Amino acid sequence: MGIVSPGFTGRRGGGTDLPPGQYLTHEFPVLSAGPTPHILTDHWEFTVTTETGEKYKWDWAALTALPAEEITKDIHCVTRWSKLQTTWKGVSLDTLLADVETGADFAMAHSYGGYTTNLPLEDLLDGQSWIAYEYDGEPLHAEHGGPARLLVPHLYFWKSAKWVRGLVLSDSEDLGFWETAGYHEYGDPWKEQRYAGD
Amino acid sequence: MSDYLDGNAAAGALSELFAVDLTAAIAQCNGCGQTTVFAESRLYVDAPGMIARCAGCDTVLLRVVTTPTNTYLDLRGLTYLRVPNS
Ligand SMILES: [Zn+2]
Repeated sequence: MGIVSPGFTGRRGGGTDLPPGQYLTHEFPVLSAGPTPHILTDHWEFTVTTETGEKYKWDWAALTALPAEEITKDIHCVTRWSKLQTTWKGVSLDTLLADVETGADFAMAHSYGGYTTNLPLEDLLDGQSWIAYEYDGEPLHAEHGGPARLLVPHLYFWKSAKWVRGLVLSDSEDLGFWETAGYHEYGDPWKEQRYAGD
Repeated sequence: MSDYLDGNAAAGALSELFAVDLTAAIAQCNGCGQTTVFAESRLYVDAPGMIARCAGCDTVLLRVVTTPTNTYLDLRGLTYLRVPNS
């Protein structure tokens, strides 16, 4: 190709350190299980519902008033592409959940359009996940999950729910959209947990 | 005598059903009740599986996920599929 891609060359000795079964792409493929919702930020809302039914809500102004972080992470899609050094801006779930009183172990992410995905709550904490609203220095486009998506880059990217609208916390693990149809309940790309039973 | 049959008894009927062209079947959406030929549903394939949605209300009618060892078929969004007897 002859094109030096910053963030790829010179790191990890040429990018051979991908999770098993993944290939490198410089594109940003758009995967979607349905029509793209177009949510105006005026109407956007993010709700955390605890296991006791208590609700915590943020509108767009409240979200963007919180301290934001610049995030640079590799992402890995279960359809086998990986993209290195993607750059995002968003609010850490540590920040959003700081004042949420919960003893729950699990979270279900819910999206505009009806998509769901399940995660252990601990995978959303300790600097591992964000509500991201910028990608590559631009407002996050709707096709990539804007106005805001969940970003959990250490798991397969189906866990990073586009168009996220809330989290429902619970003591028991329910399964989300892909997890009820044969995909792995956890989805660690380094353990190649693509499908149920992997 | 029990008043039901072993699930294996459905095998013949199911193999008959899936031997036909399902896209020509009449499908009723469990969300809005719209009843149309399945081919008129909206199919999403740029995804980790294949998803068909109702053209009327976007309810997921069918999901198919193929893993290396199994195929998952979810038809919860369909009230029924109607195929003519051949
Ligand atoms: Zn419908």
